[in-house]
Amino acid sequence: MATPPDALVLVDPGVVRATPSKPPRFGWQVVASKEFSDGILSVRLFILIALLGLAAIGAVYSTASYVGNNAQLATGASGLFVLLFSHQAAGSQVPSFAALVGLLGPLLGIAFGFDAINGERSERTLPRLVAQPIHRDAVIIGKFAAGLAVIGLVLLAITLIVSGVAFLVLGVSPSPDDLARLAAWFVVALAYLGFWLAFAMLCSVVVRRAATSALAAIALWIVLTIFAALLVGIVASYLAPVPANATVDQQIANTELQLDLARVSPGTLYSEAAAYLLDPTVQTVGIVPVAQQTDNRAIPSILPIDQSLLLAWPQVVALVALTVVCFGLGYIAFMRQEVRA
Amino acid sequence: MVRKRARRGRPVGSDEADHDLAIQTHGLTKAYGDLVAVDNLNLSIRAGEVFGLLGPNGAGKTTTILMLLGLSEPTRGRAEVVGFDPTRQPLEVKRRVGYLPDDVGFYAELTGRQNLRYTAALNGIERRAANDRIGQLLEQVGLADAADRRVEQYSRGMRQRLGLADAMVKDPSVMILDEPTASIDPAGVTDVLALIQALARDNGVTVLLSSHLLHQVHQVCDRVAIFNAGRILAQGRMAQLAEQLAGDQLELEVGLEGPADQVEAALRAVTGVTDVRRDPRDPSLWHVTGPQSIRGHLAGDLAARGLSVRHLRRVGDELDEIYQRYFTREADRGHAA
Repeated sequence: MATPPDALVLVDPGVVRATPSKPPRFGWQVVASKEFSDGILSVRLFILIALLGLAAIGAVYSTASYVGNNAQLATGASGLFVLLFSHQAAGSQVPSFAALVGLLGPLLGIAFGFDAINGERSERTLPRLVAQPIHRDAVIIGKFAAGLAVIGLVLLAITLIVSGVAFLVLGVSPSPDDLARLAAWFVVALAYLGFWLAFAMLCSVVVRRAATSALAAIALWIVLTIFAALLVGIVASYLAPVPANATVDQQIANTELQLDLARVSPGTLYSEAAAYLLDPTVQTVGIVPVAQQTDNRAIPSILPIDQSLLLAWPQVVALVALTVVCFGLGYIAFMRQEVRA
Repeated sequence: MVRKRARRGRPVGSDEADHDLAIQTHGLTKAYGDLVAVDNLNLSIRAGEVFGLLGPNGAGKTTTILMLLGLSEPTRGRAEVVGFDPTRQPLEVKRRVGYLPDDVGFYAELTGRQNLRYTAALNGIERRAANDRIGQLLEQVGLADAADRRVEQYSRGMRQRLGLADAMVKDPSVMILDEPTASIDPAGVTDVLALIQALARDNGVTVLLSSHLLHQVHQVCDRVAIFNAGRILAQGRMAQLAEQLAGDQLELEVGLEGPADQVEAALRAVTGVTDVRRDPRDPSLWHVTGPQSIRGHLAGDLAARGLSVRHLRRVGDELDEIYQRYFTREADRGHAA
């Protein structure tokens, strides 16, 4: 690097000068690495691992013992290992591991996003942070990247624990196909949790108090998990009514509308994609006409992973799009905000 | 070979006319809807000086500072900080300007040292160099012993000192300090001010500090601007400001013993004196108004009449008086309008 001659002027030798402060090219990486180590050492991480880990072990244990007790089910079945993650034991109240992630996973996203920006505001560190030579978006991008990394690590840890339990209980080892399916599911699950992280961060930008923003994010989570089916039913029967003497077409129209409406919710998108990816026998998550079932026109078969991926693709794209939109809204809101509270 | 860097912000041999100005603003204005927070501000701060931006809370000081750092966009006008336009080249400005925000905050769960390391990393300072510099700065601000304690255990004064170290981490050529003495105890204020002065002197840094407490910061300021409701009321050295305010009229506070009517008569007899008032609180004090010239002969004239002056002070030399009078005058103007 060419140094202009005047740069050789001696300064007081007692003063330690920082060597040429060249702003980091990727300021978001500096933010992300700080946020990541904060997240990894945080108390909330341990609480969440404990909560999700226990629930997940329970889920897989329940599925595994069911499969173990019904050995004929298992004989010769392909994709048994992944079934352990997606199959809910008949008659059991315990949801499958994949369903559990759909249910409790949002908590992870919310926990690492709800105070991302308003926390910096209330600690009064934001003005100092944005006065450093980084672009302002480095703050929100870095925080999102770090949050996603921490969540991914938690999810990975729990998946591995659960795999270990499954292996111990059943002694089934995964085939390469199983591993590929599990990996694909992992990416989808991460995108799903990414949506909740992005949404919680959006709340943290828009809402000034961390507690309120956590509440807002949790409210959406509860609405989507508990009341979504109810709301979808009401809206669908208004738009595509099913009278007492409804024709088959009317009923199908109503059901299809319900399915489409439900797909606005990231939870539905995730569970459909998970169903395709973790169960090689699933060929559709839509309506299967009775005629088709009896005629056996759709031959029950084991799909190769690429076919399952193809089936899950629209859901995956929609999920990623929802995440991007959510993050984008938070990004824009943050960039337009005044630094001062 | 260890290469030492020249002070930044002082281009050597540059023939630009304004090269010795660290900060200048031209008609800088910030309006939030109808509310004008900063109104047509023209400031020029020379490299190496300590400049005080003084005014009551809500005068627009912080808004001005945020515009200088490129953290808030001016509605009109422009600024130039260390040769860059903060709106167009915020990163260039933020590389060279250390900022201590009003009521500075740190990550409570990190230690003082870790907080500074984060700042260093954000400035792209190489790790080892950063550690050396941080160690030295912590020493300078007297936090060497507390450096590895979590910031949540720090007192306000310690936080403020850590804030100064934080602003210095990037080895700035300009430091902008927003209310550096607010909400710390008097002993802490003295410490912090001494520290600012030492940092500015030892590192050749230009300092812009804002305060609403004139009497606290006047000793460290080379020049001040008195600022209210988004406008500059006066700018210059303190003595200059006093004169500017008083105009040709001078008010002296004279301490004299003796019967009141006699003293008053003697004072009125002095050539040039236009007004004599007795101090409402202390009956032995008299306020005498007249042209600047009376200062030269007042004491002599009184002595000639057998009165000995035991106290003589120019009213308005006290900074808070100047400050106060600027605002009263401004308020009067407001009433008249």
